[in-house]
Amino acid sequence: MSLDFEKEVADVEAKIAEFKTQNPEPTGVLVKELNRLETERSDMLKKIYASLTPWQTVQVARHPERPLIRDFIQGICSEFIELHGDRLFGDDHGMIGGFAMIDDHRVMIIGQQKGKDLEEKIKCNFGQACPEGYRKALRLMKLAEKFNLPVITFIDTPGAFPGRDAEERGQAEAIARNLLEMSALKTPIIALVTGEGGSGGAIGIGVGDIVLMLSNAVYSVISPEGCASILWRDGTKADEAANALKITSKSILQLKIIDEIIPEPVGGAHRDYAGTMKATKKVLLKHITTLKKITPRKLSSRRFEKFAAMGRFK
Amino acid sequence: MAWFHKSKEAAPKSEAPKKEDIWTQCPACKAHIYKEEWDRNLKVCDRCHFHERLTWEERANLLMDEGTFVEICPKVSWNDPLKFSDSKGPYAEKAIENCAKTGMKESVAVGSGKIKGIKTSMAIMDFRFMGGSLASGTGEKILLGALYAIKHKQPYIIISASGGARMHEGIVSLMQMPKTCAALAQLREANLPYISIMTDPTTGGVSASFAMVGDIHIAEPRSLIGFAGRRVIEETIKQKLPDDFQTAEYLVEHGFVDMIVHRKDMREMLFKILKYAGCR
Repeated sequence: MSLDFEKEVADVEAKIAEFKTQNPEPTGVLVKELNRLETERSDMLKKIYASLTPWQTVQVARHPERPLIRDFIQGICSEFIELHGDRLFGDDHGMIGGFAMIDDHRVMIIGQQKGKDLEEKIKCNFGQACPEGYRKALRLMKLAEKFNLPVITFIDTPGAFPGRDAEERGQAEAIARNLLEMSALKTPIIALVTGEGGSGGAIGIGVGDIVLMLSNAVYSVISPEGCASILWRDGTKADEAANALKITSKSILQLKIIDEIIPEPVGGAHRDYAGTMKATKKVLLKHITTLKKITPRKLSSRRFEKFAAMGRFK
Repeated sequence: MAWFHKSKEAAPKSEAPKKEDIWTQCPACKAHIYKEEWDRNLKVCDRCHFHERLTWEERANLLMDEGTFVEICPKVSWNDPLKFSDSKGPYAEKAIENCAKTGMKESVAVGSGKIKGIKTSMAIMDFRFMGGSLASGTGEKILLGALYAIKHKQPYIIISASGGARMHEGIVSLMQMPKTCAALAQLREANLPYISIMTDPTTGGVSASFAMVGDIHIAEPRSLIGFAGRRVIEETIKQKLPDDFQTAEYLVEHGFVDMIVHRKDMREMLFKILKYAGCR
């Protein structure tokens, strides 16, 4: 699937596909022609992705083929033992987690899963977790604290689920509890926004010693559509709202809310899973190694200072 | 002789008092009520028990021993980290208007005072200032209140009245949720009591942060308390919600609020709870 601002790339990609079917084993001048087309494609992508507007970035962050937490686990970890349930109500498929190995580091991985095909999307509620999802996440974090495992959260959600059941089971309380407990957790936490960092649903697992974003991820207090419909009284002004809200990784790094941006391969993470995984793994490993050297008590007091400083302007 | 003077002055006054000076209308049940009675009842409707929103001064006067509430960080003010502007103009202009309208610099007043002699730190949100929204200044003040409570070994009470995080400060507003909760984790570490009072409304990012992590949760009758907005939920689940959805009473029923306390009884109840918490 190509996005509307990638139309010219899609045309070249169609040409490449056609060329390949017509010439399954190109030789000589045909190889040259194929290379020319490939270069044209990559130059176009480079150009487009170098100057995405915030609203275009939202499209990329929500791309249906964007890698999800299960792709990251598969691409980065040599082992994953999934753990289920919040021990209170049920098991939320929109929030998954478990033990994992990254090289020789044992870690706890937690994050929202949006789902790939329609069936999985419905099962995962499109990555909109319910209170039992946040409570499962907290349970696993407490377990990580007990076992001295670093926690890595993968954030990708339009938001916490706005449903009747979710309200009745305490969506607000579940998120609030996580914020309080994460701020004091005595084990390293790395939070990575991989796609959509949707408001309270994102920060509910986002209180990290290190907070990272993939370069085309977005992080926002409200969706651009929601903001547009309230402040512009017109939901179609989402592009203007996206500009005003400063939701891109670059803006958020400038605001000192995140520590580092993980650059995505040319044309976005959805075009090159292997490249995305390699870049992500490298950055995660660097921070795991550093954070492991800090004592648990020091970690939680540093984490407090980090978040206390956010929005303090002199 | 005062009555004599009065009648003399009253004589030339021919104009009848304005209707709105005598009557007010309950925002909930629309009943017409004598303004004097309305004020005497602390802006609570006698008919339907609706609690009208109060200003932070009214709250402080209601709960604290007379003249004891002193603000601890009155200079902390709103910020404009995004240089935000929407279809109605710059956020900065709106914020300045709100300051002029309310005499406040942010949506919360934070200070310390006494409740029947017990020294207490208190944060009082005020819905008049941009809908009581949570932004950087608000979060900073709530944090400073917690740190003050820790330093002076006082209990902390937060009275919420907020539509949620302030969009105009974007991601910085969102970060006030973990920031305030991190401060309350410090308070917990110091083993000090934290009472959260939820008033109308306590929704969005405020309900999903400091308001919902109290040792004790108290709500005023019929307050709107919830995470997502009613319309958003109805659109999501394609169902009509019950009338009492997200009311204080509904939250008690679902286990998220300890008790509902009428405004006139709040001060006494806080005193009792603080006593149980070992405060002197």
